[in-house]
Amino acid sequence: MKVLVPVKRVLDYNVKPRVKADGTGVDLANVKMSMNPFDEIAVEEAIRLKDPARGGGVTEIVVVSIGEPKAQETLRTALAMGADRAILVTSDTKVEPLGVAKILAKIVEEEQPQLVILGKQAIDDDNNQTGQMLAGLLGWGQGTFASKVELTEGNVTVTREVDGGLETDSFTLPAIVTTDLRLNEPRYASLPNIMKAKSKPLAQKTAADYGVDVTPRLTTLKVVEPAKRTAGIKVADVDELVTKLKAMGVAK
Amino acid sequence: MKTLVWVEHDGTAVKDATLAAVTAASQLGEVHLLVAGEGVDGVAAAAAKIAGVGKVHVADDAAYAHALAENIAPLVVDLMGHHDAFVAPSTTTGKNVAPRVAALLDVMQISDIMSVESEDTFTRPIYAGNAIATVQTSDAKKVITVRGTAFDKAATEGGSGTIEAVASQGDTGVSTFVNAEIAANTRPELTSAKIIVSGGRALQNGENFHAIIEPLADKLGAGVGASRAAVDAGYVPNDYQVGQTGKIVAPEVYIAVGISGAIQHLAGMKDSKVIVAINKDEDAPIFQVADIGLVGDLFKVVPELTEKL
Ligand SMILES: Cc1cc2nc3c(=O)[nH]c(=O)nc-3n(C[C@H](O)[C@H](O)[C@H](O)COP(=O)(O)OP(=O)(O)OC[C@H]3O[C@@H](n4cnc5c(N)ncnc54)[C@H](O)[C@@H]3O)c2cc1C
Ligand SMILES: Nc1ncnc2c1ncn2[C@@H]1O[C@H](COP(=O)(O)O)[C@@H](O)[C@H]1O
Repeated sequence: MKVLVPVKRVLDYNVKPRVKADGTGVDLANVKMSMNPFDEIAVEEAIRLKDPARGGGVTEIVVVSIGEPKAQETLRTALAMGADRAILVTSDTKVEPLGVAKILAKIVEEEQPQLVILGKQAIDDDNNQTGQMLAGLLGWGQGTFASKVELTEGNVTVTREVDGGLETDSFTLPAIVTTDLRLNEPRYASLPNIMKAKSKPLAQKTAADYGVDVTPRLTTLKVVEPAKRTAGIKVADVDELVTKLKAMGVAK
Repeated sequence: MKTLVWVEHDGTAVKDATLAAVTAASQLGEVHLLVAGEGVDGVAAAAAKIAGVGKVHVADDAAYAHALAENIAPLVVDLMGHHDAFVAPSTTTGKNVAPRVAALLDVMQISDIMSVESEDTFTRPIYAGNAIATVQTSDAKKVITVRGTAFDKAATEGGSGTIEAVASQGDTGVSTFVNAEIAANTRPELTSAKIIVSGGRALQNGENFHAIIEPLADKLGAGVGASRAAVDAGYVPNDYQVGQTGKIVAPEVYIAVGISGAIQHLAGMKDSKVIVAINKDEDAPIFQVADIGLVGDLFKVVPELTEKL
């Protein structure tokens, strides 16, 4: 069976985001961009599911990215990790999760995967929506915030990280899974695999090819920096800390 | 505007996160609630007493017992025929259900709002809270999740909502609840605790975490949190994680012990009123946001602190 993994190109998680002086957004010029960390976990999980011992019969992994032409680099990274083929969908305007989900729904129609594994959230806009939206559009089950995925004939059982602890739910295939941080530790692509990835197939499409209207519904009026915290004082020893805490009424 | 607020509950009581969502919803207009579950008369009665609440829609059915999004979403979509906005707290359940509802309504969700600027304009954090965006929606109906720490909690008494049963939409059959491991926690919940003591990778193992962090928390009646590194290493369960991808907290006092202060961690706690940091590295980034810092070896200073408090 086929697994589809949508991957997003975002500001690298190690880079401190800077708000542009004109208040229109975060400065992405000349900064390191990488695959969204949750999507690396999604690609890794798909690769591990190819292992016959995992029982799911996964044979092909297709990765998709929607965005600017440079998202191609992100797809090549996924191919170097071990995905088989890629689809790049370019768009002139920024595509919101609802638009992304609609394009993905069209690709699902074409590709007929039994499983779509997404990240739980993209760390740029922190929306945490796309997987759930795609599941809604397709009428599929959604195993969100996964820390464990077990694939069996016609079924996927997902252990989910929820507020109070862990919850396990089971879904009939086809289904959606979104990854949480503890699902796995993604591999680094080796140099030979990076070379090999260059010749793996990468299809180029546009949002218009799918006949989906991706006009944004939200307008960003402004982007500002949050109120800054400044460093306070350093205390010399525990006694001084105790005095401070008592003065604050934290302890008697 | 008429809003429908998702009531987060555990089968017996309304969870605090709901109360913040009610406050946000009340800034949009009339507030109705949705209580879905199995055997939820008690929850419905408690929900009807929340200040400012109009109607409480109650869907009592086995299909709703575990709040599976696949079953809940059609129920909400049906009720949205006569509501203008769906508002859910940014809990794992809210985050699971709301986007599915949004897609079915063909609406772009506004996630994790921090303020209501007007009927169609909201502020929300992006980039782990390193930027705050003001966004305006053009959708006629709105689907919104609410950051709990950004709104006051509505009073749990004083309301006189009317309870109305709604018909079940049944079980879609695509999802089944298997089991849950919800730790019985006797400590204050992180998202509403007044004081939180959090431990990081520096604790080295679960025994140390237990022996060093917990006595201090006990002394202060505090909730216990952790960094991702401490959770990943298995010192404590996943629901302890504070940060961009864990829980967002804003207690009166947050005590970070052996936590470096990565931006993803700061994203979850930098709205705390007072931040106290204990770290042996005087250059640790956590000190840049800490109101009170103590440079020292936690294995020495934390037990001493616990004893002297
Ligand atoms: C996509 C993504 C999402 C993430 N989400 C989160 C999140 O939600 N929450 C989160 O916390 N992290 C998150 N992280 C991880 C984050 O980047 C950091 O790796 C993590 O917060 C580090 O945890 P730490 O501070 O405990 O460990 P470290 O960074 O290793 O820091 C340990 C600190 O302890 C100090 N120390 C060591 N020994 C002692 C001692 N004896 N006494 C006193 N101090 C000592 C050290 O000086 C150091 O500052 C995320 C990362 C990614 C990529
Ligand atoms: N533009 C995109 N291209 C490919 N995948 C995406 C895109 N946007 C979101 N996704 C997927 O949806 C997940 C959740 O993103 P979000 O809902 O934006 O937080 C991401 O982790 C990706 O797997």
